[in-house]
Amino acid sequence: MTSTSLTTPEAVSVSLIINGAHHALMLDPRTTLLDLLREHLDLTGTKKGCDQGQCGACTVLIDGRRVNSCLTFAVMYDGAQITTIEGLAAKGALHPLQQAFIDHDAFQCGYCTPGQICSAAGLIAEGRAKTAEEIRELMSGNICRCGAYTNIVAAIQQVMGRS
Amino acid sequence: MINFHYARANDVRDAVRQIAGDPNAKFVAGGTNLIDLMKMDVERPTKVIDITRLPLKQVENTPAGGLRIGALVRNTDLAYHPLVEERYPVLASAIMAGASQQLRNMATTGGNLMQRTRCHYFYDTATACNKREPTSGCSAIDGHNRMHAILGGSDACIATHPSDMCVALAMLEAKVHVSGASGDRVIAFADFHRLPGDTPQRDTNLNAGEIIIAVEVPPKGFATNYTYLKIRDRLSYAFALVSVAVGLELDGDIIKEGRFALGSVAHRPWRDPQAEAALRGQPANAATFARAADVLLRDAKGYAHNTFKIDLARRCIARALTQAARGTPQSQSSKKIV
Repeated sequence: MTSTSLTTPEAVSVSLIINGAHHALMLDPRTTLLDLLREHLDLTGTKKGCDQGQCGACTVLIDGRRVNSCLTFAVMYDGAQITTIEGLAAKGALHPLQQAFIDHDAFQCGYCTPGQICSAAGLIAEGRAKTAEEIRELMSGNICRCGAYTNIVAAIQQVMGRS
Repeated sequence: MINFHYARANDVRDAVRQIAGDPNAKFVAGGTNLIDLMKMDVERPTKVIDITRLPLKQVENTPAGGLRIGALVRNTDLAYHPLVEERYPVLASAIMAGASQQLRNMATTGGNLMQRTRCHYFYDTATACNKREPTSGCSAIDGHNRMHAILGGSDACIATHPSDMCVALAMLEAKVHVSGASGDRVIAFADFHRLPGDTPQRDTNLNAGEIIIAVEVPPKGFATNYTYLKIRDRLSYAFALVSVAVGLELDGDIIKEGRFALGSVAHRPWRDPQAEAALRGQPANAATFARAADVLLRDAKGYAHNTFKIDLARRCIARALTQAARGTPQSQSSKKIV
């Protein structure tokens, strides 16, 4: 049977655990995870850069894995655990990566930083990068137009050295 | 993006049933290409069937000694799978050469085969494109065609297939297992993607309503003498200008079997039996590699901005064959080409 275009969006129910909090939501299925976070839940730490999966500013962790939240429909992740930059700091103390980014001056304008830090958290969890070269390659999905790459790599190395 | 009905499929049969007879329906899994294209209004499905719950996430040994890779195995999980790293390192390397880690964490095996060209005219709905809108014309042939095909193009389309993974799968002679309303079938990798001809809107020979359920790689993995060499405009996270996947079987210095596939030069991963015949029984040296490259590129055709790719391809083939013969495959983190 051929489907035809809907004139009004239909709502789909989805349940997500975002930074430890349960959310039961009814969503237009076109809602990306990025727009859900920013526009529906006021979690504006996650940034919208290109909205096409090319810049990495929207990087969040889904079930511990880093992904581009701009290229996911939120309704596809029913039951998933989402961690954003707001959820990294435990009990008011900075996450080691947040502290390392400050220590190393690993940003200038800061717009890419939440994505960089979430991506770096995913990178460390993957455990594949050992050298600066490997960090650079596996962080290539996060663009920094200020060009703070050298310090970003140093910040990540500081945390990797600890963990 | 237009409105669409969203549906979840529980198993393969349910997915096939839900898409049957609906030309406006699409499956979504990783979403990394489809959602992008929907945002651009290039893809306008009125029904989107979420197949992420299907039980197609295993990598298993086959009785024949190969591997069966479920269609929903994510790119990173495949590249880092111990059996792939050990027996099919060219596949692992090609996967790691493509996209970014975030995208590889989302993108699936089946979806990689189904991704569309990154021709900018295909993406730009204000321009003519026979792939997006049949018979509207091709803007690339007389336009900005630096990234476009040098082999197998037609007057209707000179788009390239963007995948890295598929180049390795073509070299490995993978098989694509699909399921549809009329049953299951197996498609040889060489027959899966099409040349544009006068129907560039069709990228693959998958029939309407069929779903990829697995990709099978045969036992021969060329784990000793292989490489995946990718040349691009920046060192990481860019589509290839030219890429080459190589697998060699050597007897001393003599090539017993040599296979090589090129990416980003045609509408599908490009292999040429005549070029590979030029390797067989020959010494693994620069003269042999240059001859094989010349055979493969004999009908190459450049356009205003991409003629450089013919010479680039020639050099990439020679370099990749050299890397494979020496057993020094291209590293995907160190970008130094040796």
